[in-house]
Order: sequence, then C-alpha cells, then structure tokens
Amino acid sequence: MTSTNRHPTQAGFLEVRDLTVSFPTATGRVDVVSHLDLDLEPGGALGIVGESGSGKSLTSLAIMGLLPDKATRSGTVRLDGEDLTAMPESRLRRVRGDRVAMIFQDPLSSLNPYYTVGAQIEEAYRSHRRGVTRRQAHRVAVEAMERVHIKDAAHRIDHYPHQFSGGMRQRVMIAMALTTEPELLIADEPTTALDVTVQAQILALLQEIRRDTGTALVLITHDLAVVSEITDHIVVMRAGECVERGPVESIFSDPKHPYTQALLDAVPRIDDEIGALRSLTTTGGRP
Amino acid sequence: MPRYLVGRLAGMAGVLLLVCLFTYAVFFLLSPDPAVQVCGKSCTPERIDQIRMNLGLDRPFWTQFLSFLGGLVSGRTYGEGANAVECAAPCLGYSFQSSQSVTDMIWQRLPVSATVAVGAAVLWLLVGVVSGLIGAVKNGTWVDRVMTGLTLGGLSIPNYVLALVLQFVLVVQLQWLPFPQAVPFGEDPGRWFLNFVMPWIVLAVGYAAAYTRLTRANVIDTLQENFLRTARAKGLAPHLVWRRHALRPALTPVVTVFGMDFAGLLGGALITETVFGLNGVGKMAADSIAKNDQPVIMGVTLLAAFFVVIGNVVVDVVYTVIDPRVRVAA
Amino acid sequence: MTIAPTELEVELSADSGPGGPTQPVGPPPAASRPRLLRALSRDVGAVLSATYIGLIVLMAVFAPLIVMVSGWTPYEFDQTAIDPNLGGVPIGPWGGISSTHWFGVEPGSGRDIFARIVYGVRVSMTIALAATALTTALGVTFGLLSGYFSGKVDHAISRVMDFLMAFPALIFMIAVLSALPAGNRGSLLVVVISVFGWPYLARIVRGQTMSLSRREFVEAARASGASGLGLVFREILPNLRSTIIVMVTLAVPGYIGTEAGLSFLGVGVVPPEPSWGQMIASSVSWYSVVPTYFAIPGLFLFLLVLSFTVLGDRLRTVIDSGEAR
Repeated sequence: MTSTNRHPTQAGFLEVRDLTVSFPTATGRVDVVSHLDLDLEPGGALGIVGESGSGKSLTSLAIMGLLPDKATRSGTVRLDGEDLTAMPESRLRRVRGDRVAMIFQDPLSSLNPYYTVGAQIEEAYRSHRRGVTRRQAHRVAVEAMERVHIKDAAHRIDHYPHQFSGGMRQRVMIAMALTTEPELLIADEPTTALDVTVQAQILALLQEIRRDTGTALVLITHDLAVVSEITDHIVVMRAGECVERGPVESIFSDPKHPYTQALLDAVPRIDDEIGALRSLTTTGGRP
Repeated sequence: MPRYLVGRLAGMAGVLLLVCLFTYAVFFLLSPDPAVQVCGKSCTPERIDQIRMNLGLDRPFWTQFLSFLGGLVSGRTYGEGANAVECAAPCLGYSFQSSQSVTDMIWQRLPVSATVAVGAAVLWLLVGVVSGLIGAVKNGTWVDRVMTGLTLGGLSIPNYVLALVLQFVLVVQLQWLPFPQAVPFGEDPGRWFLNFVMPWIVLAVGYAAAYTRLTRANVIDTLQENFLRTARAKGLAPHLVWRRHALRPALTPVVTVFGMDFAGLLGGALITETVFGLNGVGKMAADSIAKNDQPVIMGVTLLAAFFVVIGNVVVDVVYTVIDPRVRVAA
Repeated sequence: MTIAPTELEVELSADSGPGGPTQPVGPPPAASRPRLLRALSRDVGAVLSATYIGLIVLMAVFAPLIVMVSGWTPYEFDQTAIDPNLGGVPIGPWGGISSTHWFGVEPGSGRDIFARIVYGVRVSMTIALAATALTTALGVTFGLLSGYFSGKVDHAISRVMDFLMAFPALIFMIAVLSALPAGNRGSLLVVVISVFGWPYLARIVRGQTMSLSRREFVEAARASGASGLGLVFREILPNLRSTIIVMVTLAVPGYIGTEAGLSFLGVGVVPPEPSWGQMIASSVSWYSVVPTYFAIPGLFLFLLVLSFTVLGDRLRTVIDSGEAR
C-alpha cells in the first residue's frame, strides 16, 4: 500500500476494505488486486483508472462476487453496511442485478445472441420482482429502452442483439441494468469498444441517468478523460494497487504519483497537443 | 414461403438430379450387362440381343437415363408384350433377380431399418448429450478423465467387433438376450425390445462417443462466454443461467450434426443390420452386392443420397428457426 | 461408423452450421517440434499408443521374418490342427492356441492366425496410409485453392465438395467396389476412399486459409509483389502445419476402420490375402464356438484404431494449449 491512501471519514454507501484477489500460477499465488480500499457515498460517482492488467476489472467482479473459480478473495465489501463477502450465494444473488447492476465492455458478446433484447431485459426485471406478469415486465422493458433513448422501443424490443449497432447494444445493456432501479451501477469500460462519437453519447447517457435516478456509479476505465467528465472521485490503480486517490480536480491539477502524471499526459488536450504523444512507458517499472 | 427456402429447394433438386446422373453413369459404365442376368444360364447371343432391345439397353446413355428419370416420376414398364413388368412410380429400378421392383423391396424392409435407426438415434442422443454435460460440469476431474477415455474407446471400436463381443457375451455366455430377429412390435413388445437392444447399442456407441465430445466442448466454450457473466451479474438463479444461457447456445450445433447423422443412417446401419441379420434396407444392399443385383444396389444408393440431401436442407431450415442470427440474415 | 471422418470434421471445423455464421478458425501457431515431442512423451496414453503403433509397424515391415520364426505362413493349411469330425473346429482349448500355433488356427481351414494377423496388418496399414496421403494431398490442395482464390474457383470447388459429401459414402463405395473387377482391389480401395474423403479435410483447410489470407503477413507478402500460387504455398501452407498433422493422425484410424469394414463386407481385400477386417468377417459364423477367432483380430484392430485416435487427440491438445499460451 502506498502513502497516498486517504479515506474519506464518513461511513460510506459502498465500503471496500483491504480487498485482495489472487490467482494461482505455476510460480505460486499472484495478487492481481492487493489491499484495495474504496469508498463511495450514496449517489456518488467513483472512477477507477488504470491500464489493462491493473486489476480494475477484477475489482468490479470481486465486488459482485463473480470472480472465476480459481481466484481467491479476501477483505470486505460493504454495501450499506452489509458485508457482501460474508453473504450466502442465494442472498447475494438478490443483490446482484437488483441493488447493484453491471455494464460490461463488449456489449455484443455480453448479450445472448439467441434471445431478443426484450427477453433479456425482462429476465433481469422478473428475476428480482416476484409475481410480476409478463405484460408488466414488457412495459418496464419498453420504458427502460425509452429511457436510454432507443427510438421505436416498442418495436425494437423484439429484435436480437446482432440487429443493433454497438452503441445501441450498450444502451440495451444499460436499459437492462436500469429496470430494477439499482442503487449502484458498476460500468466496466462501457465505452472502450465504441466509436468516439458514440462514446460521448453513452457517457452523456450515464450522466443523465445519474442525475435523474440518483444511482451511485463506479466507472472503470483506462481513459482519464472519460472519468473526468462524470465522476467526482478517482482511484488510480497500477499492478493491483492503488497509487493515488482523490477528487477529480485535485488529481488533474496536482497529480502526486508519476504514474498518474503519465496517464494524464496521455489524455489529449487542446492546450497540450504534445502531451498526447508522450508515452506511458516513460515511468518505467512493471508493465 | 420465404425466397430463401425456394432457393434452397431449387438447389436441392439440382443436387438430387446430379446425384442421380452420377450414380446412373457409374452403374451404366461398371455394372455387368443386365440382359445377361435376365437371360440366365443356357443363353444364346441372339436371345441376349433380343432382351437388350426389349429393355431398351441398346439405346444411348441419355435416352436410358431419361427413361429412368421418367420412371422415378411416373413409373415405367420394362419390356414388351407378355414379358412386360410394371414398375410403379417412384420406380427406382427393377430387380430381375427377385422379380420385384426395387421400390417395393425397399418399402418392405424400411420398417426394420427405421426401427434400428430411430432407436439408436434416441439412445445416442440421450447418452451423448447427458454424458457430455456431465463431462463439462466435471471438467478436469477424474470423472471427466474416465469419460474422455471411454469416448475414445467408443470412437475406436469397429461396430462389427462390438456386435460380435456383445453377442458372444450377452447371448452365448450369459444368455440374457435372444439372438436378434426382427419381431414386429405389435406381436410381442417385450421380445421386440429385447431383440433390438443389441443393434441399437452397436449402432449408437460411436455416435454417442462423438456427441459426448461435441457436447462437452460446446458447453465448456459457452461457459466462457461474456453473456454468461451478464446472466450471473443479473442475479439469475443457477438453473436459469444454465438452462437459458448455457444450454441453448451449446446444444444448437448438436442439432445440426444430429440431423446430418440421422439422414446418413440408411448407409450407416448397413453393417449393423448385416451382422445381426436384421432384414432391413442395409442388409438388402449387402445381400444384393453378394448376388450382384445392380438395380437394387443403385436404388438403395440413390435413396440414401436422397436422405442425405434432404437432411441437409431440413437442417438448414431448422437452423433458421433455432438460431436468430441466421433467421434474420436469410 | 468409421467410414467418413465426420466426427473429426465436426470437431475441427468451427463452422456453426450450414448457412450459419462461419467463424474462421485461427491457425494454431506451428508448435516447435521438440516441445511437441517433450509434451507428448510426458503423456502416458500418448506413449503407450505410439509404442503400440511402432510395434505394429515393425510387425508389418518384418512380417516374412516373423513368420519364419513362428513357423507357419499365412497361406498354409494345417489339417492336423482341426477336427474334421466336428466340422473343422480347432483342436485344443482357446481356438487351438499352442506352442506351434501361437494364436490358434482358423476353424475349417487350419491356417495359422498369428501369421494371418502379421500379414493382415500390411494390407490394412498400406491402404490406410496411402489413402491418408492421397486424401491429404487432395484436401490440402483444393482447400488452399478454394480458400485463397475466392470467387469462381471457390464456388466450383465448394460445389464439388458439397456434391461428394451428399453421397452416402459407405454404400457408394461398396457399390462401386462390388461392380469393379476384383483385380488390384488395394489401389481401388485407396482411390475410392480418397475421392469421398478429401472434402472433409478441404473444408477445414479452406476455412483456415480464408482467415489467414486476411492476416497482415499475407497482406504484406502480397503488397511486396508475391502473388498467386507461390504465396499460397510459401506463406499459408506452413501455417497450416499443425492442423494438417492433427487431421492426418485422426484420418489414419478412420481409414483403417474403413478398410476393415469394407473387407468385412466382402468388397475389400480379396482372399486368400489376409486382412483383419476380412478375418473378422469370416469369424462371424464361428463366433459362438471359437470366440478367439474374432477376439484376436478384433482386439488388434481396436487397439490400433484406438492408439491412433488417442495420439491424434493428445497431439491436438498439446497444439491447442500451445496456442493458448
């Protein structure tokens, strides 16, 4: 752990303490996430930034309890004071997709090609709302699709994932997450697989949803520019460890860690075109 | 009817026509003179020439082929006058050795073949898919390793060897089963079942092993899919994750393979029927080979090819129903 | 059934079905030979299989010498070993197994089963290997051409392949072989098996070639002026090496089974020349009286097919895991 670990003092809505995820390898166990702390207040937005392989995606899966079987996890994940790591699987399942929903990087492969998007959206809703009729679920799904600005939702609901464009598929994923009105939305690289203009639209949509529903957001990305737009706090991860954390403004104006600096330099800015050309590898150390 | 289907059916008709032509040509070139066979022993060259003319065997290849096709569509008459024999549509040829039309001969033996084929198909589908699922769930454990070994064995054992082993052990030594004879179901369902048990097993073993491997591999691949992670992240119960999100994508390719394999069974059951002496279409083909009864061999070959071609189209059409990606593209 | 290698075709092709979206299989990177051998030598199943295949090959090569030691040629009738009063049943237990006849004798004729096993494998192996060689040559050539030159060439070759695969291979092979004159059945078997067998290999090679020819290194070669056939064989063929090795290893047992099956049905190797399939066929009428007569050739045949299958299976596992790494 590094000295830059500063915790907000008030008890948070999401509280991750000392989270460690490790995998067995030929040369023994390797920690891919080590001793990570995260804090998020209700309705807040936290960005987790790092390069690929820095452990940020595994962090999100560890919060959800969806790690691969080989991985081991230690530490605690508290949601509203309840420890998710101590919960039996059956109760945890009621948290997943209901109170905490997730959006993934590749919307095409994250949607099942054999079912209509409507069926997949309704499935999420119905599995958490017992006694809901098919018709009600259908209405909720249409509403969710309208809320993510899919035009002609009542008609598009019967289409299959491959009939949507990349950005539209991600909107479907978001709609799926929204049906249960989650308190926390975890978005794992939601815009990475998309075109630049579509990226901006999806980010705007996430912003809008946050504003309208007050859901908390954990946004995981390798792109500092993305977090700067919608989150208020940032955690910078590298090789499984948190190297720097703080409010967006202070990180941008005064990065403490050289790695953060390098990440910032990679963000293209109009006032510093040369910065975009500088390489991340200048910081050296572990890749 | 969607345009796609029309195109497929037209293509199927084309392939069938080509199959007919090719088969007919091969037999036209290779087979011994049917006139000699009709004539029998103690035959004079004049008599042979006469028969040849009578049957139209002296006419050019294309003319003969066209009358064969004509026979398929509307039936035909072989010979003239008092010796003329009628062959009703669809006429696949006429066996002068058994004085019967090939279509009738096949028709009589089809129930036995169908019984062998359907029973074996049910057996291998059940065993293959279930053990494939077990293998996938137990991936990497000793159960999985034992099953992998068994499937390799199942793939490798020639079915006539297995047939002999089963007969020797179950019929001769243990006397658990009677020697297989085609008993009609209506006569004695119990004996009917006992008689078909061995043929079913023998025919099914290789396929069951192949399906186990296919199912196992598909399920393991599907479990890695991102949409499975999505399903779990939605908080679906495990049985729903499996049933809706893992099994359907994993088993869809099995349906395709099954269609093709089943369509090819008329040829595939030949050895099984022969070994057990079950009087089906396959055994008839084998017997005709021994007797050199070419019209029957050709008829069975054509019929088997028809099944394969039609099976292909059926699988394609079924695929458009079960895989939405294909449905829309088509 | 071991006739058309449909099973292996199904497993190796990643086509998700006719008309389905074809996902071209990425080529496994050419695994280095020492690493391959080292990985295989650690696998008990692979070692046992290779040993058995090696022994059988030696047996085939040195058949005349072995038979000299055992004392009987495969064509000699030993009337003293069978009991004419019991319809020619071998004298002694276990089908007449003794120090003179190591595996017993054939009922009825008294021919030495050991000698016929030793000679029988020559036919099976020669035919299976020749058919595999011819199938591979045809399959790889047409697969490469079809995959690289899309358009008319691809269309024509694909049509021929569809057509051949529509045939019920077993029945047609039997029909053709039964109609052909009996002389030189061996070469006929090879030709007939290969004609119906190559499309299954070609289809897989075609798929891989299609995905390879869109790769950078092929594009680069094309950009630097290489074109046509030279490029196909110099740049693409080496990358298909692993696939072809696996396909070949899995094709051999298929063809051994096919040859034995055809001989079993009486359209294969012509007697008195021995072949395992034919030995099993003639044992059918004796199976209840002289079980060793079918059990011995049956076991040899099963183990040979199994060994090739296991070896091919392990080979593929090693190559695939090399890809994953």
